[in-house]
Amino acid sequence: MATAVRLRSAVSLLGRFPALAGVDLDVAAGEIVLVQGANGAGKTTLLRACAGLVPFTAGEAEILGQDMRKSRKAVRRRIGLLGHASFLYDDLTVADNLTFSAKAAGADAASAEEAMARLGLGGRLRDVPAGRLSAGQRRRVAVAAVVARSPELWLLDEPHAGLDAAGRDLLDGIVREAAAGGSTVLLASHEPDRAAALASRTVTMAGGQVAGGLLPEALAGLTEAPPRRGAGAGAPAGKASIVA
Amino acid sequence: MTTKSSPAVRVLGWLSAVTLALTAVMALVVTPGDVNMGDSVRLLYLHVPTAWLAMYVAFGLTTLASALYLWKRTRSRFWDLTAGASAEIGVLFLGLTLLIGSLWGRITWGVWWTWDARLTTTAVLFVLYVGYLAVRKVPASPEVQSRRAAIVAIAAFLDVPIVHYAVEWWRTLHQDASLGSPQRVLDPQITGTMAWTLLLGVVAFTLLYCWLMAHRFRLAWMEDRLADRAMQIAIEERRAEAEVAAS
Amino acid sequence: MWRDAVLVAGKDLRVEVRSRVGINQVIPFAVLVLIVFAFALDSDRATLAAVGPGLFWVTVLFSGLLAIQRSFVIESDDDARDALRLSGLDGGGIFLGKAAAVAAQLVLLEVVLALGVIVLYGVQLRGAAMLLLTCVAATVGLAAAGTVYGVIAAGLRVRDTLLPLLVLPVLAPVLLAAARACEAALAGTPAEGWPWVRMLTVFATIYVTFGVVAFGPLLEEA
Repeated sequence: MATAVRLRSAVSLLGRFPALAGVDLDVAAGEIVLVQGANGAGKTTLLRACAGLVPFTAGEAEILGQDMRKSRKAVRRRIGLLGHASFLYDDLTVADNLTFSAKAAGADAASAEEAMARLGLGGRLRDVPAGRLSAGQRRRVAVAAVVARSPELWLLDEPHAGLDAAGRDLLDGIVREAAAGGSTVLLASHEPDRAAALASRTVTMAGGQVAGGLLPEALAGLTEAPPRRGAGAGAPAGKASIVA
Repeated sequence: MTTKSSPAVRVLGWLSAVTLALTAVMALVVTPGDVNMGDSVRLLYLHVPTAWLAMYVAFGLTTLASALYLWKRTRSRFWDLTAGASAEIGVLFLGLTLLIGSLWGRITWGVWWTWDARLTTTAVLFVLYVGYLAVRKVPASPEVQSRRAAIVAIAAFLDVPIVHYAVEWWRTLHQDASLGSPQRVLDPQITGTMAWTLLLGVVAFTLLYCWLMAHRFRLAWMEDRLADRAMQIAIEERRAEAEVAAS
Repeated sequence: MWRDAVLVAGKDLRVEVRSRVGINQVIPFAVLVLIVFAFALDSDRATLAAVGPGLFWVTVLFSGLLAIQRSFVIESDDDARDALRLSGLDGGGIFLGKAAAVAAQLVLLEVVLALGVIVLYGVQLRGAAMLLLTCVAATVGLAAAGTVYGVIAAGLRVRDTLLPLLVLPVLAPVLLAAARACEAALAGTPAEGWPWVRMLTVFATIYVTFGVVAFGPLLEEA
């Protein structure tokens, strides 16, 4: 079975803060993996890094076969991220938003229509500007945007939050269907109960690492000696730096 | 890196102080006043070196360092810090240039400012690099600051010939009659001891620039080291979090 | 890249049409500036007609700044560029699309302002071809340079004050050249405007190229 996500001692810095401090993770295609952990454990950063929004600073990171340390952009069309923000244009209607999202990913307007139908957004809601929707409806549109792209890797950050009961059932159905179709799903939640029922496997994060993972050697030794620049710029010799 | 500069830099400092003093003596006492402008020409010994140093040396280095920082093969904090330090000194010198030039204009023919090609281009250049320094200080992560600032530096460099070209053209169409022919008056005859003094001034300011660069760069480097150390501590604390969570 | 550009331009313009910020706010602002200038300059007809071209372009410049800021504000504020990056669109394509949308808005603005200048300042219309050419070249340059600096300032808390600081010195030559070219056209000697139009074209070419190359990497900054 192909590996969708492969991380070894992956480190990701947000500014100078190590949000991911050495993650080891393997996810095979078609799996639904739940990532749980307390607030601040690094779940959101893990998803964002897998989506290529945040760079991996050290370690190995392979997403859908692409080395993320070489190029973050290459796999973006094959990935769908459901984040905390809804990434919607408030002035555009639901239909416009979804069509744009689909086309940007290389799909066509028909996929947008299907996604809308799936999420119960057809009919009256189609032509409502996104800014006027309730939070729950916006969430549905955001899910529809991911569905319209038909991604190979789904990254869902707290997907059930904000959805009503019907919406949650809908989402569960969509996730199962996606996985059955060969897509991989990585979801983060700090409410494990519902999500655990969905997932085939659970991993726990704490302190920027997946629990039980090894602390990377890459973190040891962080200062670099600058090349001498004439008088006055000498510095003590150090080891390799990750802030290049 | 220690908090005291190396002996070489200290020598540099003394040398620049000495040459500056010498220039001052030459400028104020030894050389004669200009035929047309009298004693006000002495300001030129300050004005020209600062202008050249700022425009060609300081900003030139900033642009070069920015390009090297952006290019993958030579990317390193070193170039980014060099670009920033050089730009700061460049802005300082250019500010001085504009101030002294303005004073000189006031003394020589009664106006604080005139819209001729060189002055206008210099003013725009000044604002461009003030903008560069502003980008270096934006509230964002260090990588964002450095990367965007580098791009702004290169764009500023691209813009200078455009501005110069445009403004020069503009001014040749509109000779300002009230000042006579400022182009001619702007370049007094400089020969003999005056030329040597000017050269001495350039040397003095070059030494001053190098000394300032050495110190400013060192300061920036140390700030960077401090931030790295803070990150090391942050990583250790993060690891500790994991241990607590596991236990 | 071109397909992405068309997609983004379409999206931006659609947002503009739906929100009507340009029509409701930017254009009235521009006309207001024209009027306010007349107050400040003591509305002698001859003076106003003489400074008309300059004031026209200054107003376009400042209103253009608003349009450019708007172009980036619509990308859901805090996660300002996440949406664009996640979409997987090509960086150069996004740049061309955004710049094109801004340019389109500027053109509309210029038409309204031209009417304003003719009516309010008594400027006589001559040398239409030269005027048109100037407007096209200057607008492309404005939109391109503005979009480049717009993304540099985007997503930062100091965005609104940083953008003018960065972009005005850079656009100064455009202002200069466009005003002089228009003056030449209106004075009945359009031939004198050619060198200025050439400069505008060079400027536009440089910044369009720069934008296509640099926009993608700039967008990637976290």
